Amino acid sequence: MNEVILLKNGEIVLKGLNRRTFEDMLVKTMRRRLSPTGGWRFTTAQSTIVAEPLDDGIDLDEAVSICKKIFGFAGLSRALSLPKDFDAILSETGRYLSDELSYARTFKVAAKRADKSFPLASPEICTRLGERLLCDFPHLTVDVHNPDVTVNVEIRDNSAFVHGTQIKGAGGMPTGSSGKAAVLISGGIDSPVAAWMMAKRGLQLTAVHFASPPYTSERAEMKVHSLLEKISQYSGPIRLFVVPFTEIQEQIKDNCREELFTIIMRRFMMKISGSIAEKSDCGALITGESVGQVASQTLYALSCTDAAVSMPVFRPLIGMDKDEVVAVARRIGTFDISVLPYEDCCTVFTPRHPRTRPKLKYVEAAESALQSDKLINDAVAGAREYLIDGKGK
Amino acid sequence: MEAYLDNSSTTQVCTEAASAISDALLRNWGNPSSLHRKGNEAKAILDSARSAIARKLSCDPEEIFFTSGGTESNNISILGTADAMKRYGNRIVITSIEHSSVEESAAFLEKHGYEVVRLKSDKEGRISEQELFNAVNSKTVLVSIMAVNNEVGTIQPVEAAKKAVRLSRSNAIVHCDAVQAFGKLDIKPASMGVDLMSISSHKIHGPKGVGALYVRGGFNNEHAAVKILPRTFGGLQEYTLRPGTEPVPAIAGFGAAVAELPDTREELSRIYSLRRYLLQKLSAIDGILLNSPEDALPYVVNISVMGINSEPMMNHLSSRGVYVSSGSACSRGKKSRVLKNMGLSDERISCALRISFSRFTRTGDIDMLVAGIRDGKNSIRTK
Repeated sequence: MNEVILLKNGEIVLKGLNRRTFEDMLVKTMRRRLSPTGGWRFTTAQSTIVAEPLDDGIDLDEAVSICKKIFGFAGLSRALSLPKDFDAILSETGRYLSDELSYARTFKVAAKRADKSFPLASPEICTRLGERLLCDFPHLTVDVHNPDVTVNVEIRDNSAFVHGTQIKGAGGMPTGSSGKAAVLISGGIDSPVAAWMMAKRGLQLTAVHFASPPYTSERAEMKVHSLLEKISQYSGPIRLFVVPFTEIQEQIKDNCREELFTIIMRRFMMKISGSIAEKSDCGALITGESVGQVASQTLYALSCTDAAVSMPVFRPLIGMDKDEVVAVARRIGTFDISVLPYEDCCTVFTPRHPRTRPKLKYVEAAESALQSDKLINDAVAGAREYLIDGKGK
Repeated sequence: MEAYLDNSSTTQVCTEAASAISDALLRNWGNPSSLHRKGNEAKAILDSARSAIARKLSCDPEEIFFTSGGTESNNISILGTADAMKRYGNRIVITSIEHSSVEESAAFLEKHGYEVVRLKSDKEGRISEQELFNAVNSKTVLVSIMAVNNEVGTIQPVEAAKKAVRLSRSNAIVHCDAVQAFGKLDIKPASMGVDLMSISSHKIHGPKGVGALYVRGGFNNEHAAVKILPRTFGGLQEYTLRPGTEPVPAIAGFGAAVAELPDTREELSRIYSLRRYLLQKLSAIDGILLNSPEDALPYVVNISVMGINSEPMMNHLSSRGVYVSSGSACSRGKKSRVLKNMGLSDERISCALRISFSRFTRTGDIDMLVAGIRDGKNSIRTK
């Protein structure tokens, strides 16, 4: 029995002449992610990638769970590859899908005949195979509108494929197809979700984390490593920069007015991240901000932070409620890590009454008490670099 | 250079324990239940560890049962007696400053209809004998009082429990969580009127994952005096109180660590002088308050460095190789129940550090700690 994984391309099918480039990216990603499971052959045809295991004993369930996390696919399924011979299709389909069909009450057959030289037309394939399945599984009835199981038959150029109900893919665009961006990651619930959402749009991620020992602990940093490991299962390897931030926070606390602490700190974070982003070829910053969530995320505060950098700042959560963000965090597995109780740099020295309507010129005036350029350069130069790769497990 | 001053969380394994473990892993790796020579060798290791512990507690080896540690010993004690004593009543008396393995077991029973009385502590972290006498009535089936509190070191009047039980004319069983006291104080369950006593290996330089429960009169024999039922079921190991093949290497390490314990009185007076040394050095720094009572077990010293939160101070010390804990390491991130019960202000609780000694602690460790606190006070910004 020759089992393969069929992966249906997502929105890249809408691309024109450069579609091939996107497909090559997908194949490259798959080759890298699936390599720990064994050898594979990939063929691309008609908006579908066929992944064919070359070694015996490759665990297809494991491979499917890796593929479910690759951005760029609308759906995927394990499929049986058969010669283009209708008798073989008739005899093998029931056997291959017997587990699924035994537990179903209703089914339908859907056929797609891409190879028009195949002697039977799609409706004919459906009726004849449906008939045969009804004989083999007498408990089944046909329901063409809401079947428990859809038996799919695809007649393609090189081979025929049979598979059951398709699994939803991760969606989005192939990793790297949209360029690179740097995400500011704290360890809370929001920033990992923001990172994941932008990775989904094809951005390759670099991450920037601010550590303020002794106010923040080593555990807080370990937490960021685990969060990025989860995200990298989708996004591929992530470069992480851990920036020493204690000195800057202490300087702000000692020299600036308490109510401006948060906004000035945020601006420093943006400037440092911007500088790291430029050095690592990133074209944008990503943050987990959402309008109105906290004092530093009011419209006024956001415009002050935006003014700190010249590159675009992506805020995918900007219009989302907390519960919507939490739902995504749970789905991608970051929530349980995010809620571990270690203090992060954002909660160190939080003012009692932060300014919710900061004005840029007053903020800039307050910053002039600090040697900003030196502080920023030192922080960038002192950043430790890691490569995080969750290997899609 | 490192100064490990978090010995109430765990202790460094002593070399004697480490080599006993390695022997049991590499040479005497048999199953103690096997009747051949390989099994007999392993059985001999169990017997000798059991005897070492029994000598330390002045009890019979048959009264010692190995468990996976303090938490399991406490769990069996609370849940196992409540189950076995069902027909005598449903009232359980504990203190409000017990370790979470006692508190959570009692809370579990409370959910299932038991009445749990939690004795309040005074501002020194000690329960009152009078309240204990009032709390124990004829419906009481279990009284559980820790010997030494794990966060501040207060020594509790455990001996009063038996008296309270006699006065109430109940059949209540007395349990004592002696995890922090074992090896540091001379605790003899029989003379203290304790029926069940929990102890742990990794607090006395033995390995983690092993502990013991003292059961007066033993279990499942003709002398058995304590009504208790097991919480795990299986083979005949530990007289069926705690079945499962014994972790011989861990038990070997436990036994070796117990055998290495120094004379309690001599060591205690050395620790007293360490504590005096620490307090004298700390008195030269402003804004340090002592949270442990004067007459606490000197192994545990709880202080507050006012104005500086525990976490940054602990991180700062940690970066210098000095290890202490903020409150109790078992409940990271939570406000200390014990300090709250003592009526300390929230401010003081949030600045609390627990310093705890062991027989490996030297004055040099304390010098490193004091230098670290002094430096932290200058560099860490207050809230």
